[in-house]
Formats: sequence, structure tokens, C-alpha cells
Amino acid sequence: MANSNTADTAVTKTNPVAAFFSALGSNFREIGTTFAKGDWRTKLSYLIMGFGPLLRGQIAKGLGYLIAEGMFLWYMIGFGAQYISKFSTLGTVETQKIHRKTVYGDNSFLILLFSILTIVIICALILLWRMNIRENFIEEKRLREGKPLETNRHFLTSFLDGNFDKTLLALPVLGIFMFTVLPIIFMICIAFTNYDKSHQSPTHLFTWVGLENFRNLFSFGSNGFASTFGTVLTWTLVWAFFATFTTYFLGMAVAMLINKKGIRFKKLWRTILVVTIAVPQFVSLLYVAKMFAGDGLVNGYLLKWGVISQPIPFWTNPTLSKIMIVLINIWIGIPYMMLIATGLLMNIPSDLYESARIDGASPWQMFWSITLPYMLFVTGPYLLTSFTGNLNNFNVIYLLTQGGPTSGRLTGNAGYTDLLVTWLYKMTVTATNYKMAAVIGIMVFLVTAVISLIVYNMLPSVKDEEGFQ
Amino acid sequence: MTKTEKTTEFTSMSARRRTGNIIAYIVLILMSIIWLFPFFGLVLQSFRSYSAEYGGMVDYLMPHRFSLDNYRFLFTGETNFIKWYGNTLTIAFFVALFQTIIVLCVSYALSRMRFKGRTALMRFWLILGMFPGFLTMICLYFLLKQFGLTQAGAVPGLILVSIASSGMGYYVCKGYFDTIPKALDEAARIDGASRAQIMFQMIIPLSKPIIIYTALVAFMAPWCDYVFASYVAFGHDESYNVAVAMTRWVWTNDYQGYFTRFCAGGVLVAIPVTILFMALQKYYVEGVTGGAVKG
Repeated sequence: MANSNTADTAVTKTNPVAAFFSALGSNFREIGTTFAKGDWRTKLSYLIMGFGPLLRGQIAKGLGYLIAEGMFLWYMIGFGAQYISKFSTLGTVETQKIHRKTVYGDNSFLILLFSILTIVIICALILLWRMNIRENFIEEKRLREGKPLETNRHFLTSFLDGNFDKTLLALPVLGIFMFTVLPIIFMICIAFTNYDKSHQSPTHLFTWVGLENFRNLFSFGSNGFASTFGTVLTWTLVWAFFATFTTYFLGMAVAMLINKKGIRFKKLWRTILVVTIAVPQFVSLLYVAKMFAGDGLVNGYLLKWGVISQPIPFWTNPTLSKIMIVLINIWIGIPYMMLIATGLLMNIPSDLYESARIDGASPWQMFWSITLPYMLFVTGPYLLTSFTGNLNNFNVIYLLTQGGPTSGRLTGNAGYTDLLVTWLYKMTVTATNYKMAAVIGIMVFLVTAVISLIVYNMLPSVKDEEGFQ
Repeated sequence: MTKTEKTTEFTSMSARRRTGNIIAYIVLILMSIIWLFPFFGLVLQSFRSYSAEYGGMVDYLMPHRFSLDNYRFLFTGETNFIKWYGNTLTIAFFVALFQTIIVLCVSYALSRMRFKGRTALMRFWLILGMFPGFLTMICLYFLLKQFGLTQAGAVPGLILVSIASSGMGYYVCKGYFDTIPKALDEAARIDGASRAQIMFQMIIPLSKPIIIYTALVAFMAPWCDYVFASYVAFGHDESYNVAVAMTRWVWTNDYQGYFTRFCAGGVLVAIPVTILFMALQKYYVEGVTGGAVKG
């Protein structure tokens, strides 16, 4: 993370840990020598950031550093310090009722959240402080060599030219930090606390419990989550596998069917199929779910026609509802793959097929040895993202079954069609068991990361970039 | 091979192709029926009379009497349907606008410029993307609550959250920018154009398809946003979006006759979105195809 540019020439090939410490070492060396050799402006910059640049006429940079330091001090004194001091306990003062009046004590939630924010801000300031020293170092060096310093105007306009990337990325990075990175760090921390229904802030405190929640996830006791976790994880993987490959191959087949020579109204067929992409899923999936309900249309007609005498338990039988979900997902998912495959199939050079036909290959053989390898090669990354997307495919599952049918055998409100993410959602919203929700979230991350890593290294387009090109 | 043999082979081949095509047509027609049937049913049931017939689940498709009862219900002030619709439209519009701007900025920076930490940033965002989105729901809720952006303020809150994390969805757009030759940039730089000028005067005008794709996808997402929207707006009916409000009708009130009302609302939601999608389908196809290949 630290400025490795001072040392990166020597250590690029060695192991990352050694590289890190070597970079750290050379950073400290530079900080020391800059202080020892620097003039009084530089030396004062160690305490008052931007002091050197300001006195050397670098108003824009100097003010930037100075304002950053001022805001940091203002934040720490007025806000950050009181939270970070309670970080190790997450608060000790219980909320009490004194004479029928609620006197709020510490709020563990906010203590944890703002402590993390404060830690990150401290790290950012240290980084900025280091940059400020380097700035002084560079300025002194240039002056010693008799070169002019960068003008303020040039520095400011560089944010539209050489430094344009910083202008473009500043807001997105800040947004992602506030609303993605900070919450993720927070939730990872929650996995090591006892934050749940009986420890809700602000009325109750919660505190660190170490690895207890993870132990709970893997324990088979009466309160343990292990067997439920196993069931849900298995179904998540099975679902992702079937959802990905059924839509992949069927979508490709439909694309080939429509591309077939002699088929007319190609555009019309495609337009009909993409209706399922266009219509918002909460409309289409909720309607379909109701269509197959016990008192729904399908059972109604089948009963009326005398095909069955009892309604088919589409959504109450675990196995049947799993099959239904996969089937309905085909309805939703084929059009995506069809659109993708249609364009790609046309890219396959037609002389490949021509020469195969002359050699007497059957259509099946041609598919197996030309079309499929090409498609797998080109869409390898898509298959991977589609698989990981299905691992977290909340909408299809939740709108169709809400994870049901539920069972007393499963803990934490889980049902037989729950994916890890829908279980996580229930854990958060219905059971308010935040600590276990956080643990499951980490598990989802691990599963996704491990699968991505393994598959990514298996992809033919990664192994052999030149094939087919 | 004699002439007669050749012609018989030819006729048998064309005969085989004809039967093949007939089978293909049958499959396509069957698929079309399956694909369209639920929407057909949705429309029909939305016209079922609420006063003369039952408004919940029934075992027949054709309403006995067509009426506009359900549509009238949506607009007569018994529900906040117009408010919900307006909320969703507002969210969709602003998310589409700002998300497109942010994605363009991020994509340009990552595709055109080389700076320290570029690959590290991309790898970091890739890893962040592996965390499930709902994990952070509670934390986001309390963050928004600090700014007063929950319940009554849920609409701006939802817009903020959607926009804030949109920088991570740059893949398709960056892939498109990568295909615009770098030589163009270099020529412009020799002529003295700054990076900002290159972006606004050259790259953006060339990227119409991908801008439309990004905006379209961003616009469509809020119409199905159930999870986070229901959490942030919890209990405050006026801040619901259509998905949150109408899902309630199906899950808890369907037996009270709200099912046909859901159908009517669903039709009203689906029609504009579907028309928009169909009109911009060309750009959508370009986007997903490009995105799939580059990953």
C-alpha cells in the first residue's frame, strides 16, 4: 500500500512480504533523510502539513495539505476520538431507565461504525503526511538544481489533463468507500460480535466475542447451524450449476434454431423471447409463482379437466419446488444467452463449416467440434460471471418461493429452496440475527472467491489467449 | 456420380431440410406460446371484474365479465399507487442519469489513462464485488438514517446508495472504450488537446450505443428493486416503490381480492418499461454481447 516506487526496482521479483518491508524501510529512510537535510520550511512541514509548499509559492498544494490537516484535527477532536476510545469494548454504559426517563448509554453500533471510519481516516492522513514530505523533498531538490517549481496554474489545470484520472475517480472511489467498503468492513467486524435480537443498539450493548459465531456455524448441536448451513450451501451450488448450464445450452440451441437457414421472421421470434427480460421480474415472477400455486391457474385447469384429483404441490414439496425454480429460471434466462449467442454464432467463419461438410461431417459433429469449442472459448468469462451471479440470484428464488417450503428441521427460518443470500436476507430482516447474517455473508464471499479463482485459472481464454484468433 | 443420383440426393436433402424447418417452426411456436402465456394471463386477469367476480386466485383464465374495476381502484385514491409509480420513476430517472455519468468517468479513466494503482484498484473492486450486496444492508440502513434518508426520505436515500456504488459496474463500458483505437487519442494529444477535451469531444460522441445501454440497464433495475427498497422504506407507505408496494398485495393480501389489482398494476408497470426496452433493444444486444465476451 505504501509508496513502493522508491524501492520497486530492486524487489519486483522477490516475495511480496519482503517487498513490502523493503519498501517500508526505504520509506522510513527517506522520511529521515528529508528531515535531516531539509531546510526549516521542510522541517516545519512535518508538523504543519503544507507549510513548505506554501512558503515556496505553491499555494494550491500547500493550502490543500493545510486544509486536510485542519479538517482531520477538527474531525478527531469533535467526533472521532470519543468513538475510537471505546473501540476495544464497544461501549460500557448501559441504557437505563431513571425515573421513567430513558437515559441512553453507549451505542455500540455507532461506536463500531465510526471507529472504523476513524481508523481509515487516520490511515489516509498518514498517507497524505507522507506525500507532503515527498512534496517537500521534490521541491527542495528542484530548487537546489536551479529548476523552477511547477506553477499553481499548471498544477490546477493538470486535473483536466495529466491528472484527469484523479478528477474522474475521486467521486466514484469516495462513493464506493462510503457505501460499499466501509459497510463491508463493518459487517466483517459484526461477525466477531454478539450483535443480535437481544443485543440491539441503542438500548442494549453488544461486544466482541471472537470466533464464537463461526464455531456456532459449524457446530451440530441443537442450536448449531451446521446441518442447515450444509443443506443451504449444497442447494446453492446445485442451483447455480443447473441454472447456469441449462440456460447456457438451451439459449445457445434456441439461437442456433433461429439462425437456421430457411427460418423466417427471425426478428419476431427474438422479440417474443426477450419479453421476459423487458418485463420487470417482480411482475412476471410473482405472476408465475401464483400461476403454479395450489389454488392457481395450472392446478385449477388440471383439476377441472380431471387430469389430477389433488392439486400438485408445486411450491410445498421441496423437490418439486426446486425443479420448478430451475424450469422457470430457464424461461427467464434463455433470452439472455440467446441474444449473446446469436451475435457470436455469426462470427464463426462459415468456411469452417463448409470444409467440414465436404469432409462429410454430420451437423452433430460440426456442433461438437466447431461451434461448441468456439463458444466455450469466447464465452468462458460470461459462464463464470453467470455462475457467480446465480450463486447470488436473489430475485428468482425470493419472488418465487421466498425460500420455502420451510421446515422445522432447518434453523434460522431457512427453507429448502433458500440460497445462502436469501437465508442471509431472512436472517437480517426476520430473525434480526445480525451476527450470523454477517458470518453467512463472509461464507458467500469465500464460496464465490474460491470458485472464481479455480474456474478463472481453468478458462481456455486465460490459458491460451491466442487460440481462435 | 450420375445426374439422376445427384438430383435424388438433392431432393432428399431439401426434403430433409424442409422437415427440419417444420420441426423448428413447431418448436418456435410452442416456445412463443409458453413465453407469452403468463403475460397474456396477467392482462386478462387484470380486467376481471372486482365487484361481480372474486379478486383473488381463481381457476379460470377468461374473466366472466370484463371491467376496469382494478384500474379504477389504483387511481381513485384508495391507495398511493400514483405516488409509488412516481417514486419508482424518480428513482429510475436519477439513477440512470448519474450512474451513466459515473460509469463513463470510471471507464474512461481505467481504459485511457495509466496511473499508479490502476490494476490494484480494479482487482480490489473485483474482490469487493464478491461480497453479497445484502450483507451490508443493516449498515447502509443506519448510515442513511444518520442523514435522515430512511422512511420518509427513502427515495433520495435509495438514489444515493444506487449511485454511490455504481462505479464498480464499469466492465462493459470500459470494454467498449478499449475498442476505440488509442491512435485517435495520440493524434489529438499531438494537436494539443487535454485529456478532458479528448473525453468530452471525442470518446463520448463515439460511445452512443454504450451510453444508451448503460442508461437503459440502470433505468430498468429500480423497477424490480424489492430487497433494499423494502428495508429502507419500511413502514412508510408513501416512500414505497411499485415493487415493494405491490409485492405486499400478492404475499399477504391476495386472498382479499388484491390479486387482480396486482395484475392491473403489473400491466401498468410492465407496459412502459417493455416499450422502452423494445425500442432500445439494439443497443441492449450490443451491450450484453460485448460484455459477455470480455467478461
